[in-house]
Amino acid sequence: MKIFTSISPKQILIACLFYVTAGNIKAQIMDSVITRVPVDTTKSLLNMDAVYNRPFLTTDKLPVALGGYLEANSFYSSEDGVSEGLSFQARRLTVFMSASISKRIKFLSEIEFEDGTKEIGIEFAAMDVTFHPVFNFRGGIIMNPIGAFNQNHDGPKWEFVERPDVAVNMLPATWSNAGFGLFGKTHKKNWVFGYEVYLTNGFDNSIVDNEDNKTFLPAAKENKERFEESNNGKALVTGKLAIKNRKIGEIGLSYMGGVYNKFEEDGLKLDEKRRLDVFAIDFNTTIKKTATYIVGEYVVATIDVPETYTQQFGNKQQGFFVDVVQTIFKRKILDWESASFNFAARLDYVDWNVGTFKETGTNIGEDLWAISPAISFRPTSQTVFRLNYRYQWQKDILNNPPSLTAAWLFGFSTYF
Amino acid sequence: MKNSCLFIIMIILSFFFMGCEKTMPFAPEENELLDGPVEGLSTAEQIQFLKGDEAFGDVFTIEEGLGPVFVANQCASCHAGDGKGSPFVKFTRFGQPDTLGNQFLSFGGPQLQHKAIPGYQPEQLPFGATSTDLIAPAVSGLGFLDAVSDADIISMSDENDANGDGISGRPHWNNIPGYVQLRPNSISQNGKYISRFGKKGGAYDLLHQTSGAYNQDMGITSLFEPIDPFSGLEVDPEVSTQTVHDVVFYLKTLKAPLRRDQDDSDVIVGEQLFSQADCAKCHTPTLQTSNSPIEALSNKVFHPYTDLLLHDMGSGLDDGYTEGFALTSEWKTPALWGLGLSKDAQGGTYFLLHDGRAMSIEEAILLHGGEAEQSKTMYTQLSETEKQQLIKFLESL
Repeated sequence: MKIFTSISPKQILIACLFYVTAGNIKAQIMDSVITRVPVDTTKSLLNMDAVYNRPFLTTDKLPVALGGYLEANSFYSSEDGVSEGLSFQARRLTVFMSASISKRIKFLSEIEFEDGTKEIGIEFAAMDVTFHPVFNFRGGIIMNPIGAFNQNHDGPKWEFVERPDVAVNMLPATWSNAGFGLFGKTHKKNWVFGYEVYLTNGFDNSIVDNEDNKTFLPAAKENKERFEESNNGKALVTGKLAIKNRKIGEIGLSYMGGVYNKFEEDGLKLDEKRRLDVFAIDFNTTIKKTATYIVGEYVVATIDVPETYTQQFGNKQQGFFVDVVQTIFKRKILDWESASFNFAARLDYVDWNVGTFKETGTNIGEDLWAISPAISFRPTSQTVFRLNYRYQWQKDILNNPPSLTAAWLFGFSTYF
Repeated sequence: MKNSCLFIIMIILSFFFMGCEKTMPFAPEENELLDGPVEGLSTAEQIQFLKGDEAFGDVFTIEEGLGPVFVANQCASCHAGDGKGSPFVKFTRFGQPDTLGNQFLSFGGPQLQHKAIPGYQPEQLPFGATSTDLIAPAVSGLGFLDAVSDADIISMSDENDANGDGISGRPHWNNIPGYVQLRPNSISQNGKYISRFGKKGGAYDLLHQTSGAYNQDMGITSLFEPIDPFSGLEVDPEVSTQTVHDVVFYLKTLKAPLRRDQDDSDVIVGEQLFSQADCAKCHTPTLQTSNSPIEALSNKVFHPYTDLLLHDMGSGLDDGYTEGFALTSEWKTPALWGLGLSKDAQGGTYFLLHDGRAMSIEEAILLHGGEAEQSKTMYTQLSETEKQQLIKFLESL
């Protein structure tokens, strides 16, 4: 008994990693019995399927399938002419495990180690029960389906080392919470429809009380207790509708909202109930003629910030990103049957404080623009080498001349 | 097609490996910035400067002691880029209509904390209290002003206007808190000492100024100012003594603003007009430091354009509020160095004078009164070209 109680979550994670490693060794020895679970490449997939649409490995007798990805990069950046030099980053090691528990019941988890072991988190660990294709139950630790990136964030899928600013510096991707909900999908001819709706724990006061000195939804990620209990007893509602035409592309509309603050304790009122409401629209398409892939997301958030607090913390935010990826060629290189070389570009924009100053009526700053041209090489679709250049203009709250930052980033991301 | 693509890729890669530095943004010229350390600091002093710089930018959260009532949540909010504040972080002081002391200390005086953390209500201006709005000054070069000897300040004063020029600056002889350490060359008059920081010259030194700002601006208590402005009770320090000292050291060792366009012919003429209009009688161009424990500040000649004295600025700038023993119409001459860079810290627009009411240098000049009435009149009699030359000079500071 003592043995079990002394095992820490960290040890469990290390054991899982060992398990994966052991699986790889086993794969070398018993290559004939290990199989790769094929990635579904049918055009019925929506962004919401990203969580299962990953490469997994399994063996005949093993009840679970394993997978994951690794991301690492180097970067050289300079802000207003001052550089900290060259650095290397081990950004993420993510391990997936999935299992078909029985007919209609399956499980998937995603455990992530960020920046070495600086941050270890369960990003997704849910059981799905299928009653009907349009009526599925999901419960556990789920990724709130706000925008597209939060659910579809695997590094090897993207041509950029950095994640979109709107997704990680305005929205809190990867944003996971304990909760339950429903999802489903149906299709008719060229059309695919999907929906998701979940009730989860959510945000807390830190979004308007943090060292980033702005309304900052990602600050809530620091609160690990959200996996244990709600901050205020009010559920965060997240819902998404997606529609896809197989010949045109996919568009998604999503909403996330609820009371974010702790408004009472022991029956005593601490504050008014204050809401957070986020709306997002996302899209992706491929222009067939040129094989140009375009993906993007626009998000607007309103946050009830007390009138008597400081305007340093804004009550409205918005932002977007757009990626354009152009495959230059795709052919056999060395032993890689369909290696590809791509050009890409990303445009990022975030305004953390939309509005005007009460005192002067002038526009509040606190915004960011960035452009990132990129080239990438994919020896296979599951591995990407990428070279990015990023140039960023960021204004302070007063709209003073922007701080200029540029960076070169070179790295790779690969499923395993 | 493939060859041209490979060619482009090779160019990009060459660009990356050979020209990394050239793709980076250039640093602004040193004279375009207000921040940065004074030249000649030792390594140990530079380390403390960096610590102070970091603490100056630290954001106080509620858990760390912000408020519950406050004006701003970090030093840098009121001094963006170490420059002047903007109306966004304007603050109000109230409750002292004469030199007999603040009558509203038990009502939250002297400063109105007009913001509050969620769940609390900000302070309201008490009925009957006179008040003034203020915006924060730039903080660059403060160590030089701190190191000017009392004797030098006294030598610039002319309290009874003995020379009959209509200008009668006087030092602000004030009571000082027990925690400040007197400068070695301090001069006392009836138990009072010359205070030189703040719009009314109410703070003796940068420790006095900084501890007061932590307390009154952010609601942060320290060993030096342990009374919580909300409850009025003494509470545990919310900022460490070392951090306060680091910030004071940072403020002391910020470089003096550097001139720009000094050789421009208009600027040269403008400087002459500045003297001819007697502006330089209060905005004294050149001062000298005495001995300082910081070697880089010792015995240095510098050009702040202030005499650190109180001057009567007339009824137009008299808000009916004062501090210490200054009259309500008296203001300490603000240093003009860095004036041309002010708008880069104020969101692109000038907000000048004590409360930012002047939105251009000319407007600020025209709002001068009292002892400066004569200089203002001389300015109005200049030709348009001369006015522009004078303003160009001021923008070069």
